[in-house]
Amino acid sequence: MTTYIIRRLLIALVVIIIVTLIVFFAIRLLPGDPLIIFLGQQATQGGISQDELEHLREVYGLNDPILVQYGNWVWGILRGDLGTSIYYHEDVGVLMGDRFPITLHLGILAFIINIVVGVLLGLAAAIRRGTWIDAVTTTLANIGVCIPVFWLAILMIYLFGLELRWLPIAGYTPPTKDFWLNTQQIIMPVFCMAVTMMATTARLSRSSMLEVTRQDYIRTAWSKGLSERTIIIRHALKNGLIPVITLLGIGLGMVFAGSVFVETIFAINGIGRLLVTSIFAQDYVVIQSSSLVIALIIILSNLLVDISYGWLDPRIRYG
Amino acid sequence: MTERDSTTITVAFQEAPPRVNEWRRFWRVFLQRRIVIFGLVILFLLVFSAIFANVIAPHDPYIGILADSLQHPNSTYWLGTDIQGRDTLSRLIFGTRTALMVGFVTVGIAGVVGVGLGLIAGYFGGVASMIIMRIMDALMGFPMLILAMLFAAVLGGGIQNVVIALSIATVPGYARVMNGLTLSIRENDYIMAERAMGSSNARIMLSHILPNAIPPMIVLVTLQLGGIIMAEAALSFLGIGIKPPGAAWGAMVSDGYRYLSNNPTLSFAPGIAIMLVVFAFNMVGDGLRDALDPRLRGIL
Repeated sequence: MTTYIIRRLLIALVVIIIVTLIVFFAIRLLPGDPLIIFLGQQATQGGISQDELEHLREVYGLNDPILVQYGNWVWGILRGDLGTSIYYHEDVGVLMGDRFPITLHLGILAFIINIVVGVLLGLAAAIRRGTWIDAVTTTLANIGVCIPVFWLAILMIYLFGLELRWLPIAGYTPPTKDFWLNTQQIIMPVFCMAVTMMATTARLSRSSMLEVTRQDYIRTAWSKGLSERTIIIRHALKNGLIPVITLLGIGLGMVFAGSVFVETIFAINGIGRLLVTSIFAQDYVVIQSSSLVIALIIILSNLLVDISYGWLDPRIRYG
Repeated sequence: MTERDSTTITVAFQEAPPRVNEWRRFWRVFLQRRIVIFGLVILFLLVFSAIFANVIAPHDPYIGILADSLQHPNSTYWLGTDIQGRDTLSRLIFGTRTALMVGFVTVGIAGVVGVGLGLIAGYFGGVASMIIMRIMDALMGFPMLILAMLFAAVLGGGIQNVVIALSIATVPGYARVMNGLTLSIRENDYIMAERAMGSSNARIMLSHILPNAIPPMIVLVTLQLGGIIMAEAALSFLGIGIKPPGAAWGAMVSDGYRYLSNNPTLSFAPGIAIMLVVFAFNMVGDGLRDALDPRLRGIL
């Protein structure tokens, strides 16, 4: 087990280094000079001299050779300095620190709903295979994976926001400030974020449970005369839910990808919206750092998933 | 000696599986479920409307009549018109072209590159595998959509750049599956026999490993097509995908969003189109999986 963990850690380290290379060099290909774009308005208003421009370039380190810039960037990150945003004039660490809890709040709620509802639906469908429960769940799950998140959000805004006027259509108030308003505001975003995940979870847990219930040891349990309840809870569930752990890693990716749309549509200042705004503002400092942080979180949680997988299922650790 | 030989022959004869026509079996299993047929019909209709878009579209998708701006569905404009007076139905039909083209070209590029990389990594192992698969792992560290977003932003939108961005974002998936397939196919006795006979690596890879990996790859490609079309719509929705006036479903959803309260059809119709395509590809992919290789259930 220790060798397995060490091997996984080393691989993760290599992967992280490659991620920094991808993020840095891909984003630097962004068309246009970020400084010129940012200074555009000021330049047209009062004008900015060539000297000042050179000076700013020097300040942001844009005159150094690209490899030196990469080195400085990585060194900065290692010291916890994510750079200064060109667009917001703020420390990227602070910018992300403000927005992260919001995305996390939505994401964790969506994830909990996904796991609880998704696994239960999948289980119910597998146990009652061929009945109407199975038919309804499978159909819902098949539809759920096809719904574009951004479209679902708009549909909900129209129905619950504009027509029925049950829920506010945008914004985010911290739950500490006004818990009730916050709850109303996040119902739609959280649901939108959860839908695709929920459908995926239901499909996966259904097929995985069906796989397990076909195994010999389950037949043995039946022939021993155990009750259905015991067989499912004590025997089938343990192995049946192992593949569902993988969803922890996938789900995290879905949370971030979903946050891009949900936060943009519902006007919530989270990481996803920050990423979109920075892309349009061509603020490469923010794009680099925020996408790096997202990738880091996903890689590290996948590492945890892999390790717990190896711990739960010895076939993997020796495979 | 002769006696033993004859028994072996009879045993072998008895154990020989009944002759089945593989092709017929494939069609029987593939078309077994009604939902798969439904998916096939939708796909057929979509491909048809993509090819004959300029024949079946009732109006010009790009030039509208300003006087007919923001009409509700009526007998002239079945799905209404947008702010520029362009017919929503015609734009939807032309949008099929964009969606299917982006989908097929992307899986084409990403499939070939990904399968190639996975094959090389899986067959040679060692340093080649280390380098290729770690880069793939790194790309997979990003959610597919965010990676596509980053590259689309870097490259600057437009249909060609969207295809490139989506290809980069989906290559790792193919490479990883192909790598796994190659690793398991490589262990077969017939591969060892080929090697013992002195076949070149290229020959073993191309004429023995690749053909055996094709069925699962076809399934993967079909299931991925829906995801890619959805991702294209998502990029266009954000405004970093297909550029106006090009007809793209995602952009239509976002354009219509502005007139949501008085003309919701503008936003709703393209969304339903996206859902239908993704649904159709998923169902056909499921059917193909059951028909080609049921063992892939739960994996793909």
